Amino acid sequence: MGLFITCLVDGVYPRVGESMLRLLRRLDVDVQVPRSQTCCGQMHINTGYGSMVLPLIRNHVESFARYDVVVASSASCVGAVRHHYPGIARDSGDEDLVRAVAQLAQRTYELSEFLVDVMGTTKVGAYFPHTVTYHPTCHSLRALRIGERPLALLNEVEGIELVELPQAESCCGFGGTFAVKNADVSGAMLADKLSCVRETRAEVLTAVDSSCLMQMGGGLSRQGDTTTTLHLAEILASTR
Amino acid sequence: MTYLGLSGAPRGVGQLRGAQSFPDAAKEALGNDQLRANLKAATTTIRAKRAQVVAEVPDWTQLRSAAAAIKDETLANLENYLVEFESHVVECGGVVHWARDANEANQIVVEIVTAAGASEVVKVKSMATQEIGLNEALSDAGVAAIETDLAELIVQLGHDWSSHILVPAIHRNRNEIRDIFLREMDGVDPDLSNDPPALTEAARRYLREKFLSAGVAISGANFAIAETGTLVVVESEGNGRMCLTLPGTLITVMGIEKLLPQWRDLEVFLQLLPRSATGERMNPYTSMWTGAVEGQEFHLILLDNGRTATLADPHGRAALRCIRCSACLNVCPVYEKVGGHAYGSVYPGPIGAVLSPQLTGVSDNPSLPFASTLCGACLDVCPVAIDIPNMLVHLRSRVVGERHGGARPSLESMSMSGMALAMGGPRRFEIALKALRVGRLLNGRWSSSRGRGPLSAWLRYRDLPTLPKKSFRDTLEKRDSR
Repeated sequence: MGLFITCLVDGVYPRVGESMLRLLRRLDVDVQVPRSQTCCGQMHINTGYGSMVLPLIRNHVESFARYDVVVASSASCVGAVRHHYPGIARDSGDEDLVRAVAQLAQRTYELSEFLVDVMGTTKVGAYFPHTVTYHPTCHSLRALRIGERPLALLNEVEGIELVELPQAESCCGFGGTFAVKNADVSGAMLADKLSCVRETRAEVLTAVDSSCLMQMGGGLSRQGDTTTTLHLAEILASTR
Repeated sequence: MTYLGLSGAPRGVGQLRGAQSFPDAAKEALGNDQLRANLKAATTTIRAKRAQVVAEVPDWTQLRSAAAAIKDETLANLENYLVEFESHVVECGGVVHWARDANEANQIVVEIVTAAGASEVVKVKSMATQEIGLNEALSDAGVAAIETDLAELIVQLGHDWSSHILVPAIHRNRNEIRDIFLREMDGVDPDLSNDPPALTEAARRYLREKFLSAGVAISGANFAIAETGTLVVVESEGNGRMCLTLPGTLITVMGIEKLLPQWRDLEVFLQLLPRSATGERMNPYTSMWTGAVEGQEFHLILLDNGRTATLADPHGRAALRCIRCSACLNVCPVYEKVGGHAYGSVYPGPIGAVLSPQLTGVSDNPSLPFASTLCGACLDVCPVAIDIPNMLVHLRSRVVGERHGGARPSLESMSMSGMALAMGGPRRFEIALKALRVGRLLNGRWSSSRGRGPLSAWLRYRDLPTLPKKSFRDTLEKRDSR
């Protein structure tokens, strides 16, 4: 299996990558991290610079060519590979790339998809004695349709107390470059999301995308809130 | 004639562009707490109603696919269906006019109204006539256009703009409405309360006189049937039925994409539209007419205004499937925060963010495609399955492409090129990661939220994450990576 780190985790949230590695090794998955991977190009694509990412796509496809399965720490990055790569490859007119991208898209999974669908398990032997609330990120919910998988995994964590997040399915306002291009609207959406998080009185807010957690965590920190943000992998990786 | 498939197709003019960019207009709207409270209450209610009545329909998914397929087939053969439709309308006594844009359409309507000698016309709620700015054009010609839909009347009397496709006065509460009626309505009871039945009764008395005295009525159309020449208007209040039947002259302005090939296609759309729009199983009034009835003069104006230009874009043309139900507005978290005015066009919300720039050309509406987090809620509820998030991404690339055509590259395009270059290969990427760690020196000290750059925009509402000592790849042992 090849671990698709994502550039944000690599540069800013290494603990998420370490947790993915620890978790998957504990489950006896043969994991490797190809050093040649860089960034999937999602931010460029979503900001209108899709024409610039062909070299990134080629690099990504080559980096993971030798793996049977690719697992990522981000639903939106998996979304880019599944939903945007095929069109960009088609527009490039490179038939080999079109084929390679189609195959890669089929072998690429978000973490909870991999655990539940490929490994066939919701019990990963985690221990996490804290109150946790889960925010389903938009791309996990509506682009990948991972549904209840993360909650099924969290439910099996020993010691955890899960608290339902009100209006969970509303966007946190991140949206990539939207957060800076439309900072005021993004801030208003974030404020609504955080007031729902506060209602839960949870110690930890979790999700499957570090980017959305960066938005919500940055907002919580700004407001002096003590709720911490953790990626799903960090909770699933923790043991007694 | 139309310009189907031609590259020189006319651009949409009229009420499709705002004076401000979306972020600037949105910032103003965000400062209005009353507006945000009204929007939140209204969209939350209508969202729940819609979800409930949609869940009742066992074949909703199939209806949705059927609707998308019917619309796509119609759009692919629009030139034939339009001619077929025109011939049936003419056979049944109607007069058909073709308008390449808003200005032409307005001119045609003004000529008809002037010829009929009318100084006042009554109107059925219609997006097409708002799009072309017909009321303003009529006013310039000395003709008063009276909106007869209750919410449109509130907007009109308040000298205001609609902020929602279906619920145009969504930004107003009952106190504001009472004040508007007291100020603007001739002969209104000076003791008028803010009770909804009392407000409705006041509007009813006012409108009754207008229906009975007006010589000309103007409508839009929800659907038009090519095989019979029939036009369809759906509504809730019965004001539309009054307009369509009482005055001696009826003028209908309709976008050319409103066609359906066959009568039986209505079965699909009349199930989808009310449930998506108002959360009702069925709308109270469905009026259908074919040509002119005896003693009535009927004019039909077929409006292009950027539609054929939209049709020419393979990635954008599905926006013409839209049946103006507003379900996407009601679920959009961005719309919920800022309301319709921030979009600057008569088409707000997610569909407006794709439709307005397509009708006008993206250079006239460059900020709208970016007015979304791509959260996907709009696609989930769209009854004709328009993939709005993907279309937004496509339009963003058109905006960027047109900007690149300009003289100097922007700071944004330079940083995007820089990042693409840095991420193009592992060695370059590792250098970039190391460079990022220099930022650690500033950990906790990045505090300026003033200024205009992306960093200060981020810092306006959130802190930055604390940067780690090592990147993930630097923590890896030899055996982990290759």
